[in-house]
Amino acid sequence: MALAFSPEADREITDIIGRYPERAAALIPVLFVAQDEFTYLSEEVLELVAERLDLPAAKVLNTATFYTMLRKAPVGKHHVQVCRTLSCYLRGADQLMATAQRKLGIAPGETTGDGRFTLEGVECLAACGTAPIVRINDVYHENVTPASLERLLDALASGKGEPVGGGGGD
Amino acid sequence: MAVQTTNHLLRRGMGKDWRDLATYRAAGGYQAVKKAHQMGPAAVIEEVKQGSVRGRGGAGFPAGIKWGFLPKDSDKPRYLVINADEGEPGTFKDTYFLKEDPHRLIEGCIIACMALNAHACYIYIRGEFAEQIRTTWKAIRDCYAAGILGRSVMGIPFALDIYVHPGAGAYICGEETALLESLEGKPGRPRMKPPFPAVIGAFGSPTIINNVETIAAVPLVIEHGAAWWTALGVDRDGGPRLVGVSGHVERPGLFEVPTGTNLKDVIYELAGGPLGGRAIKAVIPGGSSCKVLRGDEIDVPMTIDGLRAVGSMLGTCGIIVMVEGTCIVRALQRLSHFYAHESCGQCTPCREGTGWLARLVDQLEAGTAKQGDVDTLLDVANEIDGNTICALGEAAAWPVQSYVAKFRDEFQAHIDHHGCPYGDHPTPGGFDVPGLPSVSPHA
Repeated sequence: MALAFSPEADREITDIIGRYPERAAALIPVLFVAQDEFTYLSEEVLELVAERLDLPAAKVLNTATFYTMLRKAPVGKHHVQVCRTLSCYLRGADQLMATAQRKLGIAPGETTGDGRFTLEGVECLAACGTAPIVRINDVYHENVTPASLERLLDALASGKGEPVGGGGGD
Repeated sequence: MAVQTTNHLLRRGMGKDWRDLATYRAAGGYQAVKKAHQMGPAAVIEEVKQGSVRGRGGAGFPAGIKWGFLPKDSDKPRYLVINADEGEPGTFKDTYFLKEDPHRLIEGCIIACMALNAHACYIYIRGEFAEQIRTTWKAIRDCYAAGILGRSVMGIPFALDIYVHPGAGAYICGEETALLESLEGKPGRPRMKPPFPAVIGAFGSPTIINNVETIAAVPLVIEHGAAWWTALGVDRDGGPRLVGVSGHVERPGLFEVPTGTNLKDVIYELAGGPLGGRAIKAVIPGGSSCKVLRGDEIDVPMTIDGLRAVGSMLGTCGIIVMVEGTCIVRALQRLSHFYAHESCGQCTPCREGTGWLARLVDQLEAGTAKQGDVDTLLDVANEIDGNTICALGEAAAWPVQSYVAKFRDEFQAHIDHHGCPYGDHPTPGGFDVPGLPSVSPHA
């Protein structure tokens, strides 16, 4: 079956296109819609976006590969992003990364075998006043300690964690 | 001396939910739009000039003068673009407006668009700010429903649309021409200037790009007048400023102080002083790209000239404090990896140089660096500095140059001792994280 956007996503894309004088400007917000819909941007999904926006596939690929938040590979259900930049580092980010690695049994950049957790070190999330920060999917967790991170990961593993959303698109 | 704080821009702790349109309006919100309409565009631009509203994104360019750069004779549409791609390490101020007081930003956008005769405005918010994107969109939609945006602005015959445009995880898009590329759906690679965005900006049209805090100041300047605003600042730099303090302090957080407040006082009085009462080793005064100051160099007024006098920059007023016991090489390692990760790859000196810097600092920290590598590090930084299209090259070079200039012995010690003299503390300064005082962000 050929890939297709849901009617809701398709309406959203039409709305997004209407915001700009040029269709190409809709590309990044539409890639977020596609990512929310299909979890990541496979070659097939990128082709679908190119077709929907009437843009060359190469242009879509060029943009999609530039930005870290546009995912070209699947991630776990819980995408654990530990900030490693200076302010978070000064408040103990390395201990959080070590805690997450031990708890999840994976290294940064890896996904657990059951596909539930992906662990990643990320750059400054602009919440330095409440460092250290761990972003899980699109939710910021502030003033995180190794103990609070353990509790958070336990809650997510048991399915009792807080609901977390998708990408940055609206 | 007790530090004076103000609450004109930063309106936390007043028991109000400023995201709520009715609450915002009940406190006089959107009245400045009507006043701006009565004044007319030329008078509004003059008031912003007189108020010495300087760009709060780091460069400090006077907003009113920037607005005057739009060509008078172009028949193309004009755009206002708001740079909400906050990401300079140590900076966390624009997020306040997006998350807690979005109508202040929107009101500023409306006044600016009327003054510039722009009928569309894009607020470019970094993609990681999912909550801020939702909150700002909600405020915009509330404005459409209330007749504040759309075919007419509050009954004024002026059509205006405001949109949020999400970034997707690239620090470089905070550079204004990279931001425009990104807005147009392309990779965020900075453009050569000239042409400047005021002449050829978004979609080939004249465009003004302003930082969030800069535009959020505009309703206050219009409401209370330029004289009131400048009285809260210093000569040629009006108004109070949001300053963020992070790193090794007892009470990290965001504060509003009159421009010109002493940097040391901000750290000791507002942020509770250095963690654990230790001596301060180093301070980055305005975001990670600024040159570092030693602990004995921070008794300076927070003004553009004041920080320049000690060889650094006011930048974004994002202050990062490091106490004695912090390995300066390891601190630089974090920043060098940051810039290597965020280089867009367009200019060779930056693309190759930032990676080289990161690898050299890695070798210093790991104890595998050779005699002479401190000079090699400086050579690489000097080859980047000034040889790139945009300022990311300098942003990567300046920390290296200044850390080596101020702490050269410590770099050399890493070579002589074949490793980090501070040992293998998982956290800098040997702090145990659970021992860090708990801090409440929104108290």
